[in-house]
Amino acid sequence: MDEPMLSEACKKEILLEVKNYLLPGQACLEALQIVVAHYGWVSDERLQELAELLGITEEELDGTATFYNHVYRRPVGRHVILVCDSVTCWIMGYETIQEHLSKRLGVALGQTTADGRFTLLPIQCLGACDRAPAMMIDDELFTDLGPQEIENILERYK
Amino acid sequence: MERPLTANFRVGDSPGLEKYESSGGYRALRRALRDMSRAELIELVKDSKLRGRGGAGFPTGLKWASVDTSPGSPEPRYFVVDADEMEPGTFKDRLLMEGDPHQLIEGIIIGAYAVAAEIAYIFLRWEYTLAGRRLKRAMAEAYEAGYLGRNILGTDFSLDLRLHVSAGRYICGEGTALANSLMGKRAVPNAKIPRQTESGLWGKPTLMNNVETLCNVPHIVNKGAEWFRGLSRCQDGGTKIFGVSGRVKKPGAWELPMGTTIREILEEHAGGMRDGFGFRALMPGGASTEFLLEEHLDLPMDYDTVQKAGSRFGTANMIVLDDRTCPVGLLYNLEYFFARESCGWCTPCREGLPWVARTLKDIEEGLGTDDDLEILEAHTRWLWVGRTFCALAPGAMEPLRSALCFFREDFQRHITEKRCPWR
Repeated sequence: MDEPMLSEACKKEILLEVKNYLLPGQACLEALQIVVAHYGWVSDERLQELAELLGITEEELDGTATFYNHVYRRPVGRHVILVCDSVTCWIMGYETIQEHLSKRLGVALGQTTADGRFTLLPIQCLGACDRAPAMMIDDELFTDLGPQEIENILERYK
Repeated sequence: MERPLTANFRVGDSPGLEKYESSGGYRALRRALRDMSRAELIELVKDSKLRGRGGAGFPTGLKWASVDTSPGSPEPRYFVVDADEMEPGTFKDRLLMEGDPHQLIEGIIIGAYAVAAEIAYIFLRWEYTLAGRRLKRAMAEAYEAGYLGRNILGTDFSLDLRLHVSAGRYICGEGTALANSLMGKRAVPNAKIPRQTESGLWGKPTLMNNVETLCNVPHIVNKGAEWFRGLSRCQDGGTKIFGVSGRVKKPGAWELPMGTTIREILEEHAGGMRDGFGFRALMPGGASTEFLLEEHLDLPMDYDTVQKAGSRFGTANMIVLDDRTCPVGLLYNLEYFFARESCGWCTPCREGLPWVARTLKDIEEGLGTDDDLEILEAHTRWLWVGRTFCALAPGAMEPLRSALCFFREDFQRHITEKRCPWR
């Protein structure tokens, strides 16, 4: 590896989490989430460097990384939209919301807008069933959605 | 009516330490640590008839008693709080963590003391970001005040509480899968024997409790087992956060006596069905519970009654199916969810659930045949308890089993008319 892919600040945050576990490798889910927070996703090069830092094999780390919803192994947009597609949101019409988002942004589920602004992904129940349909953008929850609400919400993310 | 769990809930921010203490907070912890032995504490909780609020309903006191704390037994012991609320239709633990994080923390410390655990983890789902921020702030306050850390309140009991934010998968709600996830692995389940209370995290004794279960504990210590039993209208102690979602007038969650009837929850608290929508059925305790019908509405919501009625109490957060929603479409949504969330570890679940989902999709789209109903029926047996490694697939079969029975005509119409009659 020519130059390090993980910044000192990123590594420092990771090493702070390591002390909560018996072995450094066991903090890998915290570590992967820190990498996502810093760089948006986990590239092969960063995965390799992280595996070395944590003292586990790349294969082991990738096995864990690819299992979970919030560890992205491919590039995502500046903002990630997570549309709940579970049962109550289905009853309350999430499909209309998702279709509206797809049309409005010109992307299908799993895709990123050409300008790199949004990635559109499905997510399981967000635990906001009393205010369905619901979605998240990055770490913020939005509920009681309709097409007009979506317009106003998207405006806030550049 | 007393509502101990939600008494501190306010619109806006959650109570900080000072507010929590001024309403009697951390008094139970003092009492437990200074005046009660572990055995007395466990006896009190047993006597209160508190049962696990995560869904299985195991008596909390008995669970605590199963941890060996005798001198020379394996150490350290771990305490894990399951805050990975992911059962579709369920949102009670989110409300409790956002509404009163110190109540949960006090419950954790008392629980950890009861089983002599030195290290506790809160396993929080990623999506609960507001709950996460409030818990972090409350944990910092509790450390600062000496309720967490070394020698709590000057006793020889110490507890280190850590917050783990999960990277997200439904299967993490399975206890052994949660433990693997907490140790940085894929969340696949382990064999149930030995029990986690003997060999859990890092092969050490590990006790796992749900958020709502622990929130009850400080109140039991403060006011006693008899008071706690008196809150309830049935043999199980306490109140319960019941929830309703779907096409009702006022979807939401309410703290009510354990044993409140389904009808009272649905009609009085959720306001009944929205205008223009009729009641068809409901899943009483989340997406992995069997449907109940109109004829069941006067049943009290308690573990044993719901079980006898052929379903499960589960999380007691109900999902209502109205008469203008297609039951086959709903089943497809449910089974698609379970198929996606299968961890892939055991073959029946990994292969069977997608088959079930595809078959339902075909029926919903008018491509179904009579054989498809037999295929679905067969899966309710092939993926049943004992055939799979954990409870995910049997849980997925629960709503399907009852739907094939209660909504048989709807399935049949899709097949004969070769279309969805609701579209």
